[in-house]
Amino acid sequence: MAQLTYREAVARGIAQEMARDENVVLLGEDVAKAGGVFKATVGLFEQFGPKRVLDTPISEQAILGAAMGAAMTGLKPIAEIMFADFLGVCYDYIANEFPKTRYMTNGQVSCPLVVRCGNGGGARFGAQHSQSVENWCMQFPGLKVVSPSSPVDVIGLLAAAVRDPDPVVFLEHKSLYAVRGEVPDGEILDTLGTAKILRPGGDASILALGMMVPRSLQAAEALQERHGISCEVIDVRSLVPLDTQCILGSVARTGRVFTVEENPRQLGWGSELVSIIADEAFYDLDGPAVRITTPNIPLPAADALEDLAIPSVDRIVEMIRRSLTA
Amino acid sequence: MTEKTRPSAGETAPAGQISPEKRLEMYRLQVLLRQAEQRAYDLFLQNKIKGTSHLSLGQEAVAAGAAAAMRPGDLSFCTYRGHAHTLARGVPVEKVLGELMGRDNGLMRGKGGSMHLTSLEHGVMGSYAIVGAHLPIACGAAWRAQYKGDSDVSVCFFGDGATNIGAFHEALNFAACRKLPVVFVCENNLYMEYTPIAEVTAVKHPGADRAGAYGLERIVIDGNDADVVYLTMSKAFARARAGEGPSLIECLTYRHSGHSRADPAKYRLPGELDRWKERDPVSIYRKRLEAEGVPGATLDAIDGEVRRVVDDATQACEAAPSTSEDILFTDVYADGGCSWRN
Repeated sequence: MAQLTYREAVARGIAQEMARDENVVLLGEDVAKAGGVFKATVGLFEQFGPKRVLDTPISEQAILGAAMGAAMTGLKPIAEIMFADFLGVCYDYIANEFPKTRYMTNGQVSCPLVVRCGNGGGARFGAQHSQSVENWCMQFPGLKVVSPSSPVDVIGLLAAAVRDPDPVVFLEHKSLYAVRGEVPDGEILDTLGTAKILRPGGDASILALGMMVPRSLQAAEALQERHGISCEVIDVRSLVPLDTQCILGSVARTGRVFTVEENPRQLGWGSELVSIIADEAFYDLDGPAVRITTPNIPLPAADALEDLAIPSVDRIVEMIRRSLTA
Repeated sequence: MTEKTRPSAGETAPAGQISPEKRLEMYRLQVLLRQAEQRAYDLFLQNKIKGTSHLSLGQEAVAAGAAAAMRPGDLSFCTYRGHAHTLARGVPVEKVLGELMGRDNGLMRGKGGSMHLTSLEHGVMGSYAIVGAHLPIACGAAWRAQYKGDSDVSVCFFGDGATNIGAFHEALNFAACRKLPVVFVCENNLYMEYTPIAEVTAVKHPGADRAGAYGLERIVIDGNDADVVYLTMSKAFARARAGEGPSLIECLTYRHSGHSRADPAKYRLPGELDRWKERDPVSIYRKRLEAEGVPGATLDAIDGEVRRVVDDATQACEAAPSTSEDILFTDVYADGGCSWRN
């Protein structure tokens, strides 16, 4: 057992998979000699060498396109798109190429690759380096989308993503890179499509992702202490595939559900989950499903403004309290 | 043909370097591509092929010459104008026409259609309908070959229009930096879609004039001469296999039909099509072979054999059932289905 930061866990997860399978290769901007701008790939170039760890030009289309061609022909590339916002300049591969290839070719061609991105806000980077882009990715049949919230989940889900035969977008939260957590020794392998109940509770279910997971846990603690409200906190972890059973099971127990989403409100990932709950668990609900999100704005840079925009512990507490006591 | 598109002197083929068998193979391929594309067009007019389609009529020498220079195991990355490149690698006509017609005997059983022809077993790694997207993808396949020490070369075909999209430049730079075994083949047919490429491009030769920016040789060839294409491609393959990196080859050619099914090509200059038809790759090649002593009867026999192949394929497709409804939900994910949740 060791204490690792989230960023160290990224490097350990990649190293675990590269050591296991020589077809696993890593490419991206500054990922090799510099160890990544977020220092999430430190040591990999030294351990695996320039043939397997590639510094690329600032060419996001070349990065994702090359990853795809390599994946189609036998490698298992891990491609880094530094800030998730930059998926905007190579969106063709996310939208048109990776997810459709297996289907269009009637199963002839697959794209077993992982796209890692630094996702999310809280770092005062402004509107083009802070977005939560889960919903940019989860709308395409054929693409999988994962977002871990703890170091141990980073390793296990990254390993599962690398071994998965489908393309996976792996969203690392950049405000969690410095967070520490217990990580067991030896190989760690998790399962895509599994949510985790991090805190059991009986009055309401909180569905959270990425940085909203630790905030939801703190909110649940406060709701219990200050208001005697018992919340079940679920780390959704994997949007595609989605662990609907875990979510619906929780809603059946608690009768109330709250999503806590960092993305702007319009068509955030929670809207799809709430839609499923409305369809399939309507009669389990004792009140409306409530989405706690960033408002429908681009993220501002100034700390005071960004903190107002992204759901805070206090906002989560207050919205849940008001909703349950109304 | 206008001056600006005339290949320079000295680029005619030293045909003696090509074996008679190879040249008959290239003749047959060009006839096959011509007849199969013409058949696809006829089937459109009969409404037996729906959707859209982008024909290579007039551009057969590029696909034929390139395919003839490729080895089994080399990989082709094609565009939405990809019927010819797919057929040239040996994919049966029936499979291609079946796909265009949405029949169960189609190459992808109707799930891809005209713009996405793919046949892994023939090294046809896909036809890509987003302009430029496949240049980086071809780089990736070449990177894999380099990484694993495989001897195959990736060949990426694209039109003149693709040279103005970012992915073209990203791919060229990436491939040149890493000396990847990839050959970029720009088919300059003078029109991006409806607009003349010269009106929207800062340089005269949209492919070749960019080569220098990536440290590559400037290569412009007569894309209507299969011998020239074959010899140029062979050199590029040798270079790629020797670890000397990518090549960018601009092939001057002309499409006899519009950009797509919907395009009557009214933008052509008066007489332009006629001038290019005088340089029709199939007739040029036939005349050359005859002039060099190949009996007309031999070439007629090839024409007849190809006609039978295309007729038989057409009949088989017309008799084939529509694609089966049970594949609607298959092969979205690796488990064979489309379920994204438990």
